[in-house]
This record gives sequence, C-alpha cells and structure tokens, in this order.
Amino acid sequence: MVSETFIKPSAADKRVAKLQELLAQVSGSRGDSRIAPTVAESQSRARAILSELAIPSTKDEEWRFTDLSSLLDINFQLAGPAAVDVFALADSELDETANSRLVFVNGIYVPELSSVAGLPAGVQVGNLSAGNFPEIASYLAQQQGGQEVFTALNTAGLADAAVVWVPANTIIETPIHLVFLTAAGATPVWSQPRALVVAQRGSACTIIEEYAAARGTWCAQEASNCYLTNAVTEIWLAENAQVKHDRIQREATNAFHISKTAVSQAKDSRYTCTAVTSGAKLSRHNLEIFQAGEGTETVLNGLAGISNSQVADAHTAVILNHPHGIVRQLHKCIADGNAHAVFNGKIFVAKAAQLTDASQLNRNLLLSRKAKVDTKPQLEIIADNVKCSHGATVSQLEPQEMFYLQSRGLDPATSRNLLIDGFAGEILAQLSIPALGAKLSRCIACRTDN
Amino acid sequence: MIIDNSEVILSVRDLTAEIDGNQILKGLTLEIKAGEIHAIMGPNGSGKSTFSKILAGHPAYTVTGGEVIFKGKNLLELEPEERAREGVFLAFQYPVEIPGVSNTDFLRASCNARRKHHGLPELDAFDFEDLIQEKLQIVQMDPSFLSRSVNQGFSGGEKKRNEILQMAILEPKLGILDETDSGLDIDALKIVANGVNQLSNAENAMLVITHYQRLLNYIVPDFIHVMEGGRILTSGTKELALELEARGYDWVKEELAVGV
Ligand SMILES: Nc1ncnc2c1ncn2[C@@H]1O[C@H](COP(=O)(O)OP(=O)(O)OP(=O)(O)O)[C@@H](O)[C@H]1O
Ligand SMILES: [Mg+2]
Repeated sequence: MVSETFIKPSAADKRVAKLQELLAQVSGSRGDSRIAPTVAESQSRARAILSELAIPSTKDEEWRFTDLSSLLDINFQLAGPAAVDVFALADSELDETANSRLVFVNGIYVPELSSVAGLPAGVQVGNLSAGNFPEIASYLAQQQGGQEVFTALNTAGLADAAVVWVPANTIIETPIHLVFLTAAGATPVWSQPRALVVAQRGSACTIIEEYAAARGTWCAQEASNCYLTNAVTEIWLAENAQVKHDRIQREATNAFHISKTAVSQAKDSRYTCTAVTSGAKLSRHNLEIFQAGEGTETVLNGLAGISNSQVADAHTAVILNHPHGIVRQLHKCIADGNAHAVFNGKIFVAKAAQLTDASQLNRNLLLSRKAKVDTKPQLEIIADNVKCSHGATVSQLEPQEMFYLQSRGLDPATSRNLLIDGFAGEILAQLSIPALGAKLSRCIACRTDN
Repeated sequence: MIIDNSEVILSVRDLTAEIDGNQILKGLTLEIKAGEIHAIMGPNGSGKSTFSKILAGHPAYTVTGGEVIFKGKNLLELEPEERAREGVFLAFQYPVEIPGVSNTDFLRASCNARRKHHGLPELDAFDFEDLIQEKLQIVQMDPSFLSRSVNQGFSGGEKKRNEILQMAILEPKLGILDETDSGLDIDALKIVANGVNQLSNAENAMLVITHYQRLLNYIVPDFIHVMEGGRILTSGTKELALELEARGYDWVKEELAVGV
C-alpha cells in the first residue's frame, strides 16, 4: 500500500476519496427509525471498517481481472424515490409470481407493485421497515465476510430490506420473486438493494431474485442511463431446510452491478443457486457459501451470456468445515464481441470436512476472436479422505456441429443460435419457472446475434 | 428399381477435389436416376466419405475440377443448407453429438426449414408431434430419444437410427448413407435397412456406401461401384458385391489391369 501510494498517489487517493464520498451519501439516510436498533451495531462496525478501505484496484488479488477505474470518474448520487407506474415492472412480470412478489425501485419498497397474497399463512414476506421480525437481529448483517468493502458499504447504508421468513416445516411451493429495479435519470444514480432469507428447520422455499432497469425489456440493447447497484443478499438455511435460489442479473447496458450473496447452511440443508447474468456493462457477483453442519449439499449453476464490451465477473467460494459435505458446481460463460468473462471458483475443504464430495466445472464458449475469459478454479483441500474434481474448458462453436445442422437445412444463423441455446440450456433448464428460462434464452440469443 | 427414361437426379463428371492441399478425388464420374439404388464399395481411404461430404457441401474440401449436377442444378454453387432443402441428405458415417440441443427441437427446425423452402406451411409443435410419431415407427425408435440431446450418449446403432429418422422427416430426393451399417448388430441392421426400403421410391434415389455385402442382402442395389484412389474403378450389378466379398479389391485391380 505504501509503495503504491508512492508511485501513483493520485490513483490510490481517488479510490479512497470515492469510497468516502459514497459512504458520506448513505450516512445521512438512516432509513426508518424502527430498524435502527436492529442494525445499529453492524452499521457502526461497517463504517469503522470502511474508514480503512478504498475502492479496490486490479492490484488487489480479488479484483485482478475486473477494473473498477471507470467507476471513479462517475458522479453517482444516491437514488431517491422514483415515480413508478404499472409499467415499471415491464418484462420482470411473471404470471407465476403475481401474488408472491416484492418490488423495490431504487432500493425503496413499492407496495403498489408488490403482493404476497398468494403465500401460505405463517410465512412472513415483506419489507423490513414495515414488518414485524422480532428475531431478525441474529440474522441481518450477521453473515461472515461482512468486512468486504462493498458489503460493508451496503450495511453502512442499510435503510430497508426484502425479508423472507419461512417458519419451521413450512413448504412454500409458489416461488417468491424479489425484484430490484433502478429508475435511472439523466444523471448517474446508485442504490443498495438488500435481501434476507431465513429458512427455518425443515422448511423449503424458492426465491427468484432479479435485478433490472425499471421498464427494462429483456433484450434492451440500446444505450441506457448509467447507474450503479450495490446489492447484498443473505440466506440462512437451518437444519434440513431447502432453498432454491434463482438469481437473474439483467441490468441495463450502461449499468454497474456489484453484489454479494452470502449463504449459511446448517446440517442436512440443501441450497441450489442458479445465477444467470446477461446485463450490465460491468458486473461482479460474489457468492459465498458456508457449510456450517454435517451432510449439507450445495449446488451452484452459473451462466453468463455477454457481448459488446461487457465484463461479467463471478467469484464463488464454498467453505466446508464438516464431514459429508457435497458441492456440485457448473459455471458457464458465453462471450461475444469484446466481452470479458471472469470466473473464480474457490472450494475450501478444511481438515474436519472428511468425506467431502465436491466437483466444479467451468465451461466457456467464445463466439468471437476478441472475446476473452479468465478462469481460475481454486481448490484448497486439507482433509485427506475426500473426492474432489475440477476442470475448465474454453471452446468455440464446433465447425463439425455447425455443418451437421446446416446439412439438415438450417441456415448458419439458426444453427449458431441452436448451439448457443444448447450450451446455455443446461443451466437455464435449472430455473424454477420455465418461462423465465425461455425469456433468458431469447435474451442471450439476441445479445450474441451478429 | 431401374426405370426407363426416369429423371436424372445426380450427375457427377470428372470430379476432382482436395483437402489441405492433398488431392483425394481424382476424376469421379457417376450418374444416378430416380428410383435407383446405387452402392459404393471400396477400400479404406479410397475417398468414399470425402465424396459424400462434398455432395453435402462440407466446407473443408475444395473442388478443383469437374461438375456435379443435381436435378438439373449446379450443386456446387449451393450452400450446405440449400442442398439439404433441395433434397440432398447425408447420413453421416460418424454423426456428431450436440450437447444441450434437444433432438425434437432440432428435428422440427430442420423439418420446417425444408417445408418453408418448398412453400409449405411450417408445422407447430402439435402437428410435428403427429408427424414424428409416425416416422419413429419407420426406425422403431423409442420416443424417449426425442427429448434427449442430439446423439448425445446414443450408442453407435442409436445414432445411425437417428440419422435414418432424420432422413424420414426430410424425405430427400437423394439419400446418401455413409456406412450406416457399420457397427450395427443384425437386428438393428434389419431395422435400418427396412427403414431405407420404406423411404425408397420411384421419385428418389439412394446412394449406399458400405464395406459389407451383408447390407446389400437387405437393401438390394441396382448398381454397384467400386471406388479406389479417388475414382470409380468399375461398376456392375449386385453380383459384383458377392465377388468382392469373396475375392477382395485386389482382384478388381488385377482384372482391370488384364483388361487394359
Ligand atoms: N484433412 C486431411 N488432410 C489430408 N488427407 C486427408 C484429410 N482428410 C482425409 N484425408 C485422406 O483422404 C483419404 C480419403 O478419406 P475418406 O474418409 O474419404 O475415405 P473412405 O473411403 O471413406 O474410407 P473408410 O472406408 O475408411 O471410411 C484418406 O486417405 C484420408 O487420409
Ligand atoms: Mg468413410
């Protein structure tokens, strides 16, 4: 840090100044007084941490491939309440979740677009500041990894959150849709969505978490307003709980999206995440899973479909510290144009995590010469009796496959789309609502259409 | 069946072609008329698959001379997908596996591409379902194969049946079968051969490439051609296959040398 400051004082100073400037903006807005006592301690801790930090640079190992310099020169202002109408949801509207949906615009809850009438009694789904969640203090902002700069920034400004609280042994069949939209104006804005999911002992639920621009259509390719989303989602699975988590990031083409998903899994729980990234100019998703009990299972499916000069960075970490843990990870990237995909997948198998069964596979499809992928599987295994495998592949469209399809009468564009769709389909098929998979498949097709 | 004055489907004259600078076809001449079944036999590396892929329009090969006329049109000018829509079908010796692409989606897209080309209305999912159920019977294929990815994890025999299923859906004018019989057990061979016979009629033609006379007991050819070194060495009727089976290819070369 000292030598960096010496060589490039202005760049390092700028990173510190930018973070302080963002922090100053959220320090004024403490949100509803009712949530203040719950998070006061976490907030002051976060603020203290942030006084020591800066916006990361590519010299930071965790940010080696993703350069945030372009953020530094943009004068982001904290987004305020926006005038929203029924059209704000646009393509985020799903028939299946019409009565199990929470909508936030610019990080602010919008009751007019939300409804949880379709959920069973006992389940508490709502926004934090309006709801009654007596036990929340032991969960909110209590996940490990809260010191990380953007997570701390989100906590420091925490004013409201989407909360899903599933009581013990309650099975919710209807997917719960958490929609976080940004209504960007002519000048750049930023917001900090927050979500908390607590699945009590033996319960089961499906969460669809979605990030998009207000009124954003699926295939919006036209230049949009610039904005920044800094999102944090915390998920707690108690013993034997099951959470299926579909995460869709389809922010506008000119947006920055930085996010953290922190998951803690107790004994015998099962967490499945299907994370699909198609949006934002630059995006970073940190997905961190802590297996906090024996016999837990974690399934991670990832897909990035990007083009032009998009950057999509997925950092995942699964930390195993108990026997009989299972990890199944498949992360896929499709990159066209000058796009740059980054995948960093850590799996830590501690000494106590005997009989772990972990597999990780990263497959990349590059559609143009200039598209690029940086992949770094990272397995650290201390336990001695485990089964762990990992691999990464980078390929182009196979000429043999193209010819096979053409020889059956399909033109090159259709053949290409079919192959891209086939590559993406393995992940999209995992989404809990088929219509969502179909929309995303069209979205990726048009994004990679040249 | 040989039909007098029937339409010429394929006419190949003095075809020469190369790949990566290596000349593989060295003056191939062949004519196929509607209703006929032709067989090509010949030793490994003689250029049989090369010839079939050139007919289908494989981009890796360069035609350096000669001509290929298909139903009166210059076939070599057409893109692979145009050839397919016009009625050229190649059942590959080694069909590729395409992970993630469902067999049904692929078959329907393929069927509709051809229908559109011929000015026919495209089939929706329901109509296509009816069509495919009918076609599956031709190759006695289990419907469960439809929901799987194209050829992925199919056994050798299942891949070959899938090729014939595609041929049944596309109803080509010229069906080229490149060693569709290789690796098939006798039951599968009968099913495949039976499928081909059902699809063969007075309006179309079949070109069957094989190493084994056995197949020709089931798909009875009107003509047999022996290929060697990138050209047709000799042609005859189905009795030639028995002769080849008994005496090998060297015999043909010797006979011809004597003849010259
Ligand atoms: N890329 C290439 N470069 C050079 N030679 C090639 C290339 N591809 C094929 N060949 C050669 O072309 C010749 C013809 O091959 P082809 O596959 O057409 O033979 P075939 O008659 O189908 O043989 P088989 O009976 O074994 O299937 C072979 O000698 C082969 O090695
Ligand atoms: Mg061959």
